[in-house]
Amino acid sequence: MNPINFIVALSAILFAIGVLGVLTRRNAILIFMSVELMLNAANLAFVAFARKWGELDGQMFVFFVMTVAAAEVAVGLALIVTIFRTRRSTDVDDLSQLKG
Amino acid sequence: MAIKDLLTVTAPAICAVGGTLLLLLDLAIPRGSKSTTAWAAFAVILLALASVPAQWGVSTSGFAGMVAADGYSLFVDGLLAVIAALTVLLTLRYNEARGIMRGEFYPLMLFALSGMMLMGHATNLIIVFIAVELLSIPLYVLCGFARPRVDSEESALKYFLLGAFASGFLVYGIALIYGAAGTVSLTELTAALSGPKPADSALLYAGVALVLVGLGFKVAAAPFHMWTPDVYEGAPTTVTAFMASATKAAGFAAILRIFLFGLAPLMETWQAPIAVLALLSMIVGNVVALAQTNLKRMLAYSSIAHAGYVLTGVAAGGDAGASAVLFYLASYALTSLAAFAVMIALNSGEADENHSLDTYAGLGRRKPLLAFVLAVSMLSLLGIPPTAGFFGKYFLISAAIGSGLTWLAIALVITSVISAGFYLRVIMTMYMRDGKNEAPIAGNWPRAFAALTATVATLGIGILASPIVELINTGIKSIVR
Amino acid sequence: MPWKTVCVLKLIHTVMDLYLPIFVILAIASGLAGLIVVISIVFGPRKRAQVKAKLQPYESGMNAIGQGQRRFPVRFYLIAVLFILFDVEVIFFYPWAVAFRQLGLYGLIQMLVFVGILFAGYIWVWKKGALDWETMDK
Repeated sequence: MNPINFIVALSAILFAIGVLGVLTRRNAILIFMSVELMLNAANLAFVAFARKWGELDGQMFVFFVMTVAAAEVAVGLALIVTIFRTRRSTDVDDLSQLKG
Repeated sequence: MAIKDLLTVTAPAICAVGGTLLLLLDLAIPRGSKSTTAWAAFAVILLALASVPAQWGVSTSGFAGMVAADGYSLFVDGLLAVIAALTVLLTLRYNEARGIMRGEFYPLMLFALSGMMLMGHATNLIIVFIAVELLSIPLYVLCGFARPRVDSEESALKYFLLGAFASGFLVYGIALIYGAAGTVSLTELTAALSGPKPADSALLYAGVALVLVGLGFKVAAAPFHMWTPDVYEGAPTTVTAFMASATKAAGFAAILRIFLFGLAPLMETWQAPIAVLALLSMIVGNVVALAQTNLKRMLAYSSIAHAGYVLTGVAAGGDAGASAVLFYLASYALTSLAAFAVMIALNSGEADENHSLDTYAGLGRRKPLLAFVLAVSMLSLLGIPPTAGFFGKYFLISAAIGSGLTWLAIALVITSVISAGFYLRVIMTMYMRDGKNEAPIAGNWPRAFAALTATVATLGIGILASPIVELINTGIKSIVR
Repeated sequence: MPWKTVCVLKLIHTVMDLYLPIFVILAIASGLAGLIVVISIVFGPRKRAQVKAKLQPYESGMNAIGQGQRRFPVRFYLIAVLFILFDVEVIFFYPWAVAFRQLGLYGLIQMLVFVGILFAGYIWVWKKGALDWETMDK
């Protein structure tokens, strides 16, 4: 296999771990960390493919994904901190006010 | 050069710049008079709206082919601007009563609006990703705006976690498409896919599937809908109204451009999965909505069902499908906005929000005008002539039959019949039951204006269906491919 | 061989040819992810240890005083979040700096617009009192 395929395989593994993490974890912070893992798996894939095509576009996309992820982190952490302050828990199973 | 590029994204740029300036301007506005901020936001949105007819007829792309301005994107801009302007009018009294009349509400709305408009302009998958985030991140905050109310916070966190999950899928899908085709520009993708198949078609299909999952979350299509009822119910009703109508329109604007125009050569690959999503959404949305006793939650399930109807048009494909989808988006957005306007009117008092169907009993006698608005909206959602919803469904069905998806068209009709069960129940509750709820509803002219505009539009789009379809078709003809 | 069998074999061959890499990647990905989950279940720390002493940071040392996880005032989070935001946005300066000469005046104006947007955010944060350590958590 050529080396780029290994990197893509690694990124697929990271992505799968991220998805599994989101589905199995119960703590909002850990779910969020798993989402970040998914985004970074995509970044890795972008870099690998940029090398495959021999151009810089893929690396440029990584910058966009990173900055957007940072904005998402800021909003997400703020939300989680706010929720923790009202109910002293970040367990998503405690989010059961809305049901029906 | 620079100015020409900027002109391709006039309306989103007006909203983004307006939002930034408003954020700074708001610092100087004292706490008690935040409605000034609202009116300033209204003015910005009107300016964006005015830019649409001024630009009608252009068909150019800018920023090295990353965005395009054509009749298609301008139509979406105009629709979104109308929705946002009406939503601002609805917020005035409601936000005051809920104690969420804070200045940041309106800049956040403008930022989200600019992201939504950008969805229609994007001709590059990376711009689609950025637009999705630009619309989602402000909406996460807006959902939690009624903090420390527990349901609002909960709605925000749920929307955030699932929205971020969805963007993970979207961006990984984009990465795989880039890996398979070597480009993420929609026009270049069309060219690359029209020729002999690329070597990595498995990679390509996986990427397209992931993009579909990511966008499916945003438009609340089953089976990616589980966040919708909770988020819609917990968020402040003004935000729900904006989300239900505008986000859906924006999400489908991007789906249309990606699938019907960018990935058109792959149609036989994506047609079946999208048709299945459409079928699932129609069934899940309509059947579960039957069991709801809370109007806000019922409308959330109904919005899932309507995502299914619109996906039928996407699956039909071609220009006929695109035109049916755009028509349906316009009619659905304005119709659901009218329904939410009534809910907002009933919940702008001092007490806690209550959207249980029982509170609507006797509304026909108590507030005939509000009841009329809600009744028209329910009939349009159900698809009764001469409302917009009827013609919307008619175009969707004929597009589906035209491309051989007769089974999907039949499913659309059957599920619409099921939906009569809950839409008509609302009307019967209003007109045929006596209500105990006699709390007075204070009049508010901006809200009344918004509700009536939405209702008139619901009827008007139905009556003037053919000139509007004409307009949409001109828009689609000028699309940058 | 009957011709139908040949057809089926050919079809399988084509499909495998197309999809084999993705199957391999998927198998490795899900296998490894599953393995990691299993490992963390087997070796990971349990919530309910049988002996109370097992839960302490030093099993045979002094008894711990108070909680290991201290609660921080929210202003630390606020500063950290703001830092992340402004820190990461700076990433766009690097490619701009590399291509500064090619981009010329147009690039400079674009960068000024970008910095202007960040600056608007900064002014908002400042005026809202988010940088004021004394009055921050009201």
